[in-house]
Amino acid sequence: MHFMKEVFEGLTIAFRAIRANVMRSVLTTLGIVIGITAVALMATAIEGVTRAFDKSASAFGSKVLYVQKFSWVGGDDWWKTRNRKEMKIDYANYITRQATLLDAVAPDVTTGKDARFESRIMLNAFVTGTTWQYQEASGTTIQDGRFFSQEESDGGRPVCCIGANVAETLFPAVDPIGQTIKVGGYPYKVLAVFEKQGGLFGQFTSDNRIYIPVNSFETQFGSHHDVTLNARVANNADLDDAREELRGIMRKIRGLHAGQEDDFNINQSDLLTNTFAQLTGVIFMVGLAITLLSLFVGGIGIMNIMFVSVTERTREIGIRKAIGAPRRTILFQFLVEAAMLCLIGGIIGLVLSYVLSLIINQIIPTAMPLGIVVISLFLSLFVGVVSGFLPAWKASKMDPIDALRYE
Amino acid sequence: MNNSVVINLQQIVKSYDMGGAEEVHALRGVSLQIHQNEYVAIMGPSGSGKSTLMNIIGCLDTPTSGLYEFEGINVSDMNDNELAKVRNKKIGFVFQTFNLLARSNALHNVELPLIYGGIASAERKKLATEALEHVGLGERKTHKPNELSGGQRQRVAVARALVNKPSILLADEPTGNLDSKTGDEIMGLFEELHSKGNTIILVTHEEAIAEHAHRIIRVRDGLVASDETVERRKLTTEMA
Repeated sequence: MHFMKEVFEGLTIAFRAIRANVMRSVLTTLGIVIGITAVALMATAIEGVTRAFDKSASAFGSKVLYVQKFSWVGGDDWWKTRNRKEMKIDYANYITRQATLLDAVAPDVTTGKDARFESRIMLNAFVTGTTWQYQEASGTTIQDGRFFSQEESDGGRPVCCIGANVAETLFPAVDPIGQTIKVGGYPYKVLAVFEKQGGLFGQFTSDNRIYIPVNSFETQFGSHHDVTLNARVANNADLDDAREELRGIMRKIRGLHAGQEDDFNINQSDLLTNTFAQLTGVIFMVGLAITLLSLFVGGIGIMNIMFVSVTERTREIGIRKAIGAPRRTILFQFLVEAAMLCLIGGIIGLVLSYVLSLIINQIIPTAMPLGIVVISLFLSLFVGVVSGFLPAWKASKMDPIDALRYE
Repeated sequence: MNNSVVINLQQIVKSYDMGGAEEVHALRGVSLQIHQNEYVAIMGPSGSGKSTLMNIIGCLDTPTSGLYEFEGINVSDMNDNELAKVRNKKIGFVFQTFNLLARSNALHNVELPLIYGGIASAERKKLATEALEHVGLGERKTHKPNELSGGQRQRVAVARALVNKPSILLADEPTGNLDSKTGDEIMGLFEELHSKGNTIILVTHEEAIAEHAHRIIRVRDGLVASDETVERRKLTTEMA
């Protein structure tokens, strides 16, 4: 019936009471502020990192399978995988010929070399040797220029395609296409610049890489490097089917018998995503426990100060009861006050964590989703109502005669 | 006066359990009736049960045994919330220490019973303003209690007591915290309210204040010691 009136009256009283004790109220809400800041900040960080991760993981391409000696996520006995035979560049051609569900297969090998252009230098850039099919196999996008042709690839021509960061470092002012850079001391002509990928794994994406024909790579930098085979699953093919087919072909190449284990790993971006989700899940649970603890402590603080407030205002409660306030109204009044205190704490906490997230954003990416704002506010309301209940109950149970006599 | 009974107390007993077997009997069987538009003073020394009687009449407390009918309705065994409703609608309180909300201005203080009565805001403001004007404080609506004199505070309290148009006005030592001049002013206000048809119950220990009433009930040791109209008392004294 006149519920809204009571809400409004309750809010007015609460507001007056809080304003009458600003310092005390602020100090009391500190626990809530810290709790909400912790929860919001943590969620913000996780959300930000997850977003960045998803964006970065997409750089790997969800439809690309990576055949490697090691698994990305571990699990296998490292000593066992270490002793596996190396992957070979030739596998790529063989797989290409055999596979029906794969569009393109390209090997890549990587080493670190300094790259120079005139006086500019990029120390320890990732130099990757691969074949002409790489661009299709890995699904990377060229911003400017073209990838090397089959002839250039097979012939091991001194040509290269560079990542966005490499281009920025070596060519701050000049158009890189057609220029010749020195990689590990050998000259390579720049054919293309890749689109910037950015993200968490920027270091491992094309951004910091220089791609050269694998034949040239082996000539200049040797052949003792881990080979990755990038296999692009055909658009109309199922990922798992393609994976099984690839596995069969690899087993054939490796000459494995029916009972033998695979001596290679087929990695895919899902692996990373899943592992990452597990990891963030654990972090989230730990964070949640800490947060709940601080909210619990904050709640006790609120309860304490509400008891003080109820005692202080015993006479007021007596007056209100004498002139006809029902128990429910008194209960409600103090619940609203506790909830409002906590809500103020929650809002301060949110503002604080937003500011902090901007600072943290300099180190790891953050993003505050609306859901967190809503959840935080509800959480602080909830803490307020729960911790305000006992004091409010006490107030509502007061005997008006005793309360009026209270000095 | 041919008016109906507002308060009907029959054999009201109130005892307090003081722990153990000991019981204190504050009231030991009080019976009395108060009619509409009466002006009654309840007198008695401290410890006489005067305050307990007032609390019961004011529906702040319930009797241990006995019957209390308020306007024909049995209120002796109502629960807290039902009593709160009776207090809100039927009883206007005026206290010795004014008991205004310190943080609220005069208007809001007077509005309070209307809020608990569920009256809409605009109507509330109108009624509260009228009540304040009625006690001569129309100009002080926005003043807080600490910006008002004692007499003015008590007027605000009277306005608050009357704003719901209650059946009785219950005043507990209303002049106790006032100097005699302002006390007289308040008593004048009560006189005026009584002449306008209000039922007034005055609880006091001051003879001079009680003399304003038209009937004096004396309480002693938890019982009604005497109950007589002022006219009759004057008559008795003259005869003596």
